[in-house]
Amino acid sequence: MQRVSRIPTIKAKHANKFGMLILEDGTIFEGMGFGYSTIAFGEAVFNTGMTGYVEALTDPSYSGQILTLTYPLVGNYGVPDPMAKDADGIRKNFESEMIQARGLVVHELSMTASHWNMAMTLDEWLYNEKIPGISGIDTRELTIKLRTGGVMMAALVVSDTIIDVQEIKKKLVSAKKYNDEEFMNTVSVKEPQTFGMGPESIVVIDTGVKNSILRNVRSLGYQVIKVPWNYSLEKILSYHPKGIIFSNGPGDPIKCVQTMKTAKDVIEKNIPTLGICLGAQILGLAGGANTYKLKYGHRGQNKSCIDLDNNQVYVTSQNHGYCIDPESLKNTDFKLWFTNTDDNTVEGIKHKQKKIIAVQFHPEASPGPFDCMFIFEELKKLIGEDNAKR
Amino acid sequence: MLGFGGQTALNCGVKLDELGILKKYGIKVLGTQVTGIRATEDRQLFKDSMIACNVPVLKSSTVYNFEEAKKVAKDIGYPVIARVAYTLGGKGGGVAHNEIELHEIVTRGLNASLVGQVLIEEYIGHWKQIEYEVMADYTGNNVIICNMENVLSMRVHTGDNIVVAPSQTLDNYEYQMLRSAALRAAKHVGIVGECNVQFALDPYSDKYVAIEMNPRLSRSSALASKATGYPIAYMAAKIVMGHTLPELVNRITKTTTACFEPSLDYIVCKHPRWDFSKFELANRNLGPTMKSVGEVMGVGRCFEESLQKAIRMLEIGNDGLVANRNSDKKYDIEEIENKLQKSDDLVLYYVAEALRQGMSVEQIYKLSAIDPWFIEKIDNIVKTEKRLKESTLDNKLLREAKELGFSDKQIGRLVGKDDLDIRKIRKDAGIIPVVKRIDTLAAEWPAKTNYLYLTYGGKVNDFEVTSNSQKIAVLGAGPYRIGSSVEFDWGTVNMVWGLKENGVKEVSVINCNPETVSTDYDICDRLYFEELTLERVLDVADFEKLDGVVTAVGGQTANNLTPKLAQNGIKIIGTSFEDIDRAENRSTFSKVLDDLNIRQPPWQAFSSLVDAKKFATKVGYPVLVRPSYVLSGAAMKVVWSESQLKKYLAEATNVSPDYPVVITKFMLNSLEAEVDGVGDGENVVIGAVIEHIEGAGVHSGDSMMCIPPWTLNNKVIDTILDYAKKVAIAFKIKGPFNLQFLINQDQVYVIELNIRASRSMPFVSKFVRMNLINLAARAVLGKPLPLVAKDRWRKIPHYGIKVPQFSFMQLDGADIILGVEMQSTGEAACFGESFYDALAKGLTSVGYSLPKEGSVLISAGGSENKEKLLQTALLLKGLGYKLLATEHTAEFLSDKRIGDVDVVYKISEPQRKPNIADLLYERKIDFIINVPSTSTLEKYVGMLYDEYQIRRKAVELGIPVLITTELADSFAKTLEWLKHNETTKKPLESYENVG
Repeated sequence: MQRVSRIPTIKAKHANKFGMLILEDGTIFEGMGFGYSTIAFGEAVFNTGMTGYVEALTDPSYSGQILTLTYPLVGNYGVPDPMAKDADGIRKNFESEMIQARGLVVHELSMTASHWNMAMTLDEWLYNEKIPGISGIDTRELTIKLRTGGVMMAALVVSDTIIDVQEIKKKLVSAKKYNDEEFMNTVSVKEPQTFGMGPESIVVIDTGVKNSILRNVRSLGYQVIKVPWNYSLEKILSYHPKGIIFSNGPGDPIKCVQTMKTAKDVIEKNIPTLGICLGAQILGLAGGANTYKLKYGHRGQNKSCIDLDNNQVYVTSQNHGYCIDPESLKNTDFKLWFTNTDDNTVEGIKHKQKKIIAVQFHPEASPGPFDCMFIFEELKKLIGEDNAKR
Repeated sequence: MLGFGGQTALNCGVKLDELGILKKYGIKVLGTQVTGIRATEDRQLFKDSMIACNVPVLKSSTVYNFEEAKKVAKDIGYPVIARVAYTLGGKGGGVAHNEIELHEIVTRGLNASLVGQVLIEEYIGHWKQIEYEVMADYTGNNVIICNMENVLSMRVHTGDNIVVAPSQTLDNYEYQMLRSAALRAAKHVGIVGECNVQFALDPYSDKYVAIEMNPRLSRSSALASKATGYPIAYMAAKIVMGHTLPELVNRITKTTTACFEPSLDYIVCKHPRWDFSKFELANRNLGPTMKSVGEVMGVGRCFEESLQKAIRMLEIGNDGLVANRNSDKKYDIEEIENKLQKSDDLVLYYVAEALRQGMSVEQIYKLSAIDPWFIEKIDNIVKTEKRLKESTLDNKLLREAKELGFSDKQIGRLVGKDDLDIRKIRKDAGIIPVVKRIDTLAAEWPAKTNYLYLTYGGKVNDFEVTSNSQKIAVLGAGPYRIGSSVEFDWGTVNMVWGLKENGVKEVSVINCNPETVSTDYDICDRLYFEELTLERVLDVADFEKLDGVVTAVGGQTANNLTPKLAQNGIKIIGTSFEDIDRAENRSTFSKVLDDLNIRQPPWQAFSSLVDAKKFATKVGYPVLVRPSYVLSGAAMKVVWSESQLKKYLAEATNVSPDYPVVITKFMLNSLEAEVDGVGDGENVVIGAVIEHIEGAGVHSGDSMMCIPPWTLNNKVIDTILDYAKKVAIAFKIKGPFNLQFLINQDQVYVIELNIRASRSMPFVSKFVRMNLINLAARAVLGKPLPLVAKDRWRKIPHYGIKVPQFSFMQLDGADIILGVEMQSTGEAACFGESFYDALAKGLTSVGYSLPKEGSVLISAGGSENKEKLLQTALLLKGLGYKLLATEHTAEFLSDKRIGDVDVVYKISEPQRKPNIADLLYERKIDFIINVPSTSTLEKYVGMLYDEYQIRRKAVELGIPVLITTELADSFAKTLEWLKHNETTKKPLESYENVG
């Protein structure tokens, strides 16, 4: 009578291991290890999104970080096929080629996953990509700790045998600090890549770009050229792009000196440009503003930002630890465009004369709400104005 | 503001607009405009709107008659679902698998719809049912407050569904896709304020359709508010008055904006409460028509915990999904398969049983359309049940069981120990729940509000209670159900306020009903959204270091906990436990009455069946069988014969295993009255004496009530007042009480004393303009009450009438005859200058139409009833109504020379014309007086099935049925009064300060 058939259901295979999370301040959380048995060191951060662990884990902005999800039930819908690609050759379900976070911390790993679009379980995926995960800890306690104490370094251990706490603590002390790490060589492409066809193109400077940014540019109708983070403007212009995107990415923006140089040249030449997240910070720095590190960052899908031009408020997806200092904008040619309605931090800037815009949040969503995709249309408008002029 | 009073207010607003009244008086509609309301309420307009904003909808068509329906159904293909436009809670809809069923449903639906419109659409029962709550302001800002997933798929109306928030089986893309669609839809129809959008999502792809939109605050938005901590109604009110979302502040953090989307770090599970057992013949299957009468919300850190908590919160005698008191029953696999396909109120228990018997998750999914994820979680519960039963209980297993939401009772039952033993074992092992905050944003910002829950899914408390000031917890009333509704919520809230006014520093509330004001976190110092079980109240008491608890305002729920709490060292604030116990124990209660020379009907505590039979023979049938410590007549029965006595004694003993069952002589042809009051141990404040309009035997909750008494003489009233004072003092009552009386041939008998707030207290308080619970708050703290004249209520120059609201329409098959089991699901109280003024308003409020002319069908069982109805028939005749009657009644009326009475024939004799069935369908009957024989014995043996059919059909067609002679008489007199008068319209006056 009814067409009830089957929903794929798979049980966890790489779980029930020893697991431990040790924070820089000495706090120890014991839980159930899953995924790959190994030790990871990284900056412990939390994200308040209630869905989207696949997108978050593959977001290069999480490089160097151990990701805690505040929503307690994780892995419910498994992981879709990692290899699936769209017509342009962009990974369909992932934000990059692999898991970028160093480890995953959850309250409860679903021991069974089920979803029509699932290829494997979360623990299996972590195992395949050699990433440790821990489940069964009080993630609210951890979140409150990070909120009050600020983000800090941590060690996440998954092991098949009993864990030696003292040894891990020792290793954690000598592990490289997140703030000191260089990420660009690992997250950025080595050679330019081209996606799709189109009469006109946009160059995306890859400081750890999410695939959704590429997808959004494709859906505007442009060919996408992804170039390494340290490409000079000269090399970029050899592609005759109509516009440039400075992408998201991990780490402290002041470390991206070469990208900043390109940004200065872009501002100088007044090429239609959109900066996203790290890209926004780089453009800000290039324009003379300063950046600083937030105590515990903005990571979630419920962050509202106000467009100061028309007082509209949008719910945005965010993932950043650094931010532009609003005071420092006063001495630049940038003006505030968006601010965060919760803490008034800078969420977007616009160049007063040039066709340069930038947002701190993620208009490409994935994970998170689609409400701000119009930001890409704004870039298209700038390109349109530019074309009209020539 | 049309969006705040549910469907009733919305319909009212649309009607006002249609009639041009809003325009005539220049009244603006705040928030969503009437055009927007229509675009969501009218099925075809809704569909057009959705298509216009690129939101897919189901293949469907609107029909206005059966022929059209038949054609559409054929095009779409069976099964189809019929949905009715402009009704409450999906009222009147249904799934039709063939033409015969379609006929039944469409005819009923067309009658129930205010606009005579039914939608026929493709049936997608196995799709996921997902809801989004949208907030939007005038300037185009909009956010989603919460999304929810229905565990029982599209098969079951969301009001009857087990619902989790947030959704559990949707991936990020699906979540965002539906989120965007909800915002598009809301924007397109012009929502300002709040709305709910329901979607069906294909479980095998990302195909989806919008099912419906509610452009108003709803049951779902109340749930979303409690699930997230976001005060939707409060914010919506600000928004419709012109504020924008970003300028409003999050009431929990007090610093961040209200224009955001709450992030949860827990899972809530809403579980409906059904009261099918109160209705003989009612069909328990769940479907597109809502049948539940209330709901609870369990909060936990995993699905298993929140589900098992929710089940306990229902107070249906279950301690969780498994290991219940009466769970020995075995089912064969065929029976389980059948139950899984049909989804009745016990469906999750059948899922558990299927798993126990080794049925695969896949097979259970195929039968039940419950997503495998949920079935797997239930399997965790079933497996843990098995482990507890088969292995020795160590701390690890105990902790795991607690994390999965097992109560001490369940664990005790499985390992062969008492629940209090388990409590001790686990406290010794340090296995205690932690207290976490519900803060709207998953701890990302500091939260100042104390909206709390307890869980085993965590290691540390969010905070500790450190102050040394006096701490009192007020126990709420749990889910709305028959016999316990918003009146106890009113009691809880007023008690909290009263305690605060009287200097108590820290007042917390424990309650679990998402529909209530008592679970608004800002009415008290700390709100525990928690179970009202002994285990959990003790947990809270341990955490809070409580000075005591108030159990006098939470109805039956709190009342039942009183003895156990007292025995576990918790101080009961108010009347002492010993005095409450003296009143609940029928022997000591009776002794006190004897000492005070107060009459009571003969009674006996149940000891053995032989003794019970002897007693019944001695006093004569009928007798009333009831357990103690039970409110609202659960398992209370009037018994007419020896065989029934045996059956109901067994049932009553089961409902109240811990307390004795009492058998009382049931006095026929008596009047019933009650007194609501407050005592301080020495002094008594009388609220009012209330008289029931129906005779004794109709449950007091189902009876219409009147202040002042409309037939009792002064001598009787004085006796009642005298008794009330004596009883209150004898039991040293400190707080609210309610005393019930039978009046038989001017003799006053006391039948029941409840030392707690009663259902009628808000009604009485409003009538006498004196807040009884506020006074009770003083009394429970041991402060003296002010002196209030005992006849204060008599000096109020008005009439107040309370009328019950029934929901028989929703309960397929239920009979509407009233008895000692309460069946009404709500009530209306109306005030007027005269008895009929108040009554006319009251009857209109609960949905009776008061026709100015037309036909009345009279059908009465037994000569006594016929006699009683004679005057009523005469009056109606005189007022110009046409009289129709069944054979015997017509014969009787003709004998009495009443003049023209048309004879009509029974539904069971369709060949004889004119037939009642035809007349009903053709709307040739405006109202019905149908009083079954008083020797209600016949009802139980099914002899009056024909009368049942009349009542049932009439209910389904929305025709008023008057089922007692008293009601018929008052109805007729109200019609007479309306010939010459108009009802008064005056605002309710506020409470007076009585010192």
